[in-house]
Amino acid sequence: MNLLTALARLLIFPGLLFCVPAAWFFLWVERKSVALMQGRIGPPFMQPFYDFVKLLGKDTPDRPGIVGLLMRLWPLLAVASTAGAVALLPVLPAYGGFQGDLILLLALLEVPPICIIAAGFSSRSIFSEIGSAREAALTVSYNVVFLLAILSIAAAQHTFRLDALAHLPPSPLLWLGIIALVICLPAKLHINPFSLPNAEQEIYSGPIIEYSGPELAMWELSHGLEWVAATGLVATLVAPQIGTWWLAAIVFVLLCCGLVVLLAAVAAATARIAIDNTVRFYWQCTLVFAVLVVSSAILMRFRS
Amino acid sequence: MKALDRLMCTCRRRSPWLFHMNSGSCNGCDIELVAAITPRYDAEQLGVQLEGSPRHADILCITGPVTRNAVGAIETVYGQVLNPKAVVAIGSCPATTNVFIDSRTIDGPLDKHIPVDVFVPGCPPRPDAIIQGIVKAATILAERAASPSPPEAPKPEAAPEVQA
Repeated sequence: MNLLTALARLLIFPGLLFCVPAAWFFLWVERKSVALMQGRIGPPFMQPFYDFVKLLGKDTPDRPGIVGLLMRLWPLLAVASTAGAVALLPVLPAYGGFQGDLILLLALLEVPPICIIAAGFSSRSIFSEIGSAREAALTVSYNVVFLLAILSIAAAQHTFRLDALAHLPPSPLLWLGIIALVICLPAKLHINPFSLPNAEQEIYSGPIIEYSGPELAMWELSHGLEWVAATGLVATLVAPQIGTWWLAAIVFVLLCCGLVVLLAAVAAATARIAIDNTVRFYWQCTLVFAVLVVSSAILMRFRS
Repeated sequence: MKALDRLMCTCRRRSPWLFHMNSGSCNGCDIELVAAITPRYDAEQLGVQLEGSPRHADILCITGPVTRNAVGAIETVYGQVLNPKAVVAIGSCPATTNVFIDSRTIDGPLDKHIPVDVFVPGCPPRPDAIIQGIVKAATILAERAASPSPPEAPKPEAAPEVQA
């Protein structure tokens, strides 16, 4: 039973069979909602799938030696780690076995930005190097808030177990932490106003400018999976405790969709801001949330 | 296997990503191409996306009468777009060099240097015409990739008449 549930979680829900179509669906929701807000009709429902299959059918440039090997490796590593992070999300009530914990989940979520930075520097293009440098600066800025918020939620509950964190009773500390997490999501997903690592009009596509064909398809997929993982993490923290598994799954998907629409609305309504303003935003303004969350977590530990 | 090929064909037709290149254009066709992806014409309905890198693109959109300086760049960028690919020549300039014909600084028309699949005539062409040309190029791209032996240099379809 344990093995079966674990396999089902890894391969079916919320694992591969769910998260790949969900990644395409979220990419479509993002593009479609931006289109609707601009008064357009927008791409058809199957568009991310068409893009993915088309990219799989394209050639890749011949890159000999270690650079070629590395450039092929980074997107695969990003996809694998994000898919693993999605599979760890405690959406369904678990029955023993390996549940994973918060530290593993956060580590897996941190792999794709590192892969993007490394990929940009491996491709040796000036635009991708600028994009990688911006991505590195951005990662350092938002991660302080992101990690502090989520770790203080965990520390207040005296646990790093994901299924325990999924069923937290709503408290001001939890909501404060979730607000801090949501503020970090646009930077984590590289959407406006923090889309500067892949700023289309300034540095073309940033770190992935040299990628083509199946490798680019893997980057697109990993971006979609990052949407699923990041919104899924917030959705599991917000979702109320529900015994019935299918109801829990439906609530999870609905919460994720709502969050995607919210982020897409923010992306459509804002313009890209420069790197110094972004760093200042996270270090000066948002850090207040993180400090509040950490201090209330410490207070709660003393009281309990 | 056939079903897979048909799926790939559909996907290629439904997802044309463009790379825009100016080979000495007066900027007239360029702003019409930009107009084609604005909310008024909304080419994204057809899956069209303007990409920043030729490595990501399927369709190369070239404007301008091909100046001597641009020839090397056109050949480089054409090589950087990976197969299967198609070329759309936007405006009268790349088709016939337009009013710049016989100029010393012009080394056109475009199909002297790279194979062109679709010509969109006009000075400048309307965004509707550009979108139609892109859709035609996407169809050509899908059919060519599906056929076992791709033609070497596809003949231009209705090349507009020279009006010097």
